[in-house]
Amino acid sequence: MAADIAGERRAPWVLLSPSLATVGLLLIIPMLFIVVYSFWLRTATGADQVGFYLDNWIEVLGDRFYRDILFQTFAIAFYTTVICAFIGYIPAYFVANTPMKSKAFLLLMLMLPFWISYIIRTMSWINILGTSGALNTLFLSIGIIDEPIQMLYNQTTVVLGLVHYLLPFMILNVYVSLDGIDKNLTEAAQSLGCTGWQAFREVTLPLSMPGLAAGSLLCFVLAAGTYITPIVLGGPRDAMFANLVFEAIVTQLNWPLGSALSLVLLALLGVLVVIYTRYLGVDQIAKSFK
Amino acid sequence: MKIMSGWSLIRIATILVYLFLFAPVAVVILLAFNANQFGGFPIEGFSLRWFDALWNNDAIVRAFKTSLLLGLLTSAVSTTLGTLAALAMVRYDFPGKRTISTLLVAPILIPEVVLAVALLLFLQFLSMPKSFGLLLMGHVVFTLPFVVLVVQARLVSIRRDVEEAAMSLGATPIQTFFEITLPLMLPAVMAGMLFSFTISFDDITGTLFWKPGGVETVPTQIFAMLRNSISPEINALGAVMVIFTIALPLVAASVSRVLSMRKIRASNRASNRSEQTA
Repeated sequence: MAADIAGERRAPWVLLSPSLATVGLLLIIPMLFIVVYSFWLRTATGADQVGFYLDNWIEVLGDRFYRDILFQTFAIAFYTTVICAFIGYIPAYFVANTPMKSKAFLLLMLMLPFWISYIIRTMSWINILGTSGALNTLFLSIGIIDEPIQMLYNQTTVVLGLVHYLLPFMILNVYVSLDGIDKNLTEAAQSLGCTGWQAFREVTLPLSMPGLAAGSLLCFVLAAGTYITPIVLGGPRDAMFANLVFEAIVTQLNWPLGSALSLVLLALLGVLVVIYTRYLGVDQIAKSFK
Repeated sequence: MKIMSGWSLIRIATILVYLFLFAPVAVVILLAFNANQFGGFPIEGFSLRWFDALWNNDAIVRAFKTSLLLGLLTSAVSTTLGTLAALAMVRYDFPGKRTISTLLVAPILIPEVVLAVALLLFLQFLSMPKSFGLLLMGHVVFTLPFVVLVVQARLVSIRRDVEEAAMSLGATPIQTFFEITLPLMLPAVMAGMLFSFTISFDDITGTLFWKPGGVETVPTQIFAMLRNSISPEINALGAVMVIFTIALPLVAASVSRVLSMRKIRASNRASNRSEQTA
């Protein structure tokens, strides 16, 4: 019997050990490693000088260039999140309150973008906004313009691409929390004299806040870490922080500097995640997988 | 009447958002069949020539094979690890469960760029060059949390009494696992496999960091082709990707539905028979 209990106690750890080993070896240790690495120095010969140098950190935190791009990255992530929240809430509300039959279809359609490749969805905008894209062709044929106009390759198109990519995350998260609201609550509010709008503002909206917060966190973190979208849809001046990281590591081969750069990004986004989990917990994000 | 008009506004807005989500992708598919040789508008007629060009493009065919192999291996490893972990999380209570749960989900919360940098630099430090193996390791770490979450969510609904019944009727734990638990878990496991395959198949950011020179997956191949300009071949490749990644879950869903229907029918038949004999 004692052996049984010991076995029962050991069982979860046996099941967990392959995953924990994977995460530990391929994620936790590498992360700790780049923390150490960021204090080393890449010498002109290309060898790493082991030690405790603050040079990389002084460069990353002191240089205006890095600060400006960091600011731009967060601005782009912020616009993306706000736009997603506004235009994502409405369909989420519609799907949550629609009759059962069309609901299943609408939900399936919401899942579809997750299955469509990110690079394809990003480049698809070139077909719409490019010089031989749908809009230019339309405008030319109507006669509004005489020559194709360049609508692509600026900050707005970067935000547009990111909204297109991240909107389903927002809709799904908001939908999950809206769907969990007891319909009797809004009915009760209305029978007590609230208008429909008041009932929404006083009851539904506050109760859907956890979903809105989870969706916003996901949108912001994913947008701020973007590497591809600014390259495909942005101009030369629209680089985001992840592009700097790639540049430092793959092009310049300055690995210690690249480590420091990626840790800055991680630390800033980590603060957001910690604040979020402190108040709402990771469980909210896990809910959208059910 | 006022409420009605409010609701129809919401409906129109919803339709517009759905259009926003799908119209650009629909245009990709439309242009893939366009005969125009520059890969844009106007539509000059229906043609399959771009698909033919894809088929004859060695680089693309090679990228497709690489993606497929990588996706399958990632999904096999990741689903095995993730399912075991999900079992532990659903079936057992143990000290530190919350911490473990956060640890398992951690890769989702870390920006992919940072994850890619950390793994790449650590393995370079160990003098392991960029390789297919590194790609596989990266994709496993990256997909594992999704598998854990997806399988966990579906495992909760499997009742433990069924297993206990089997054991009390004399089945060994191993028999119980293979004859009761595994078949019941199969939809959850399949969902995990599909998820990890698709994520791996679509991944680009991490892949760009990890891939050795000369090796391309489909997304990185598209990315490399985009640097020149948009070409009709890219639209055709995009169309193939969309059809591939959408058809796969749909086929899987209908297969699992057919299987469960058959199971229900079989059990109905069995119960009919037992009623008849009774």
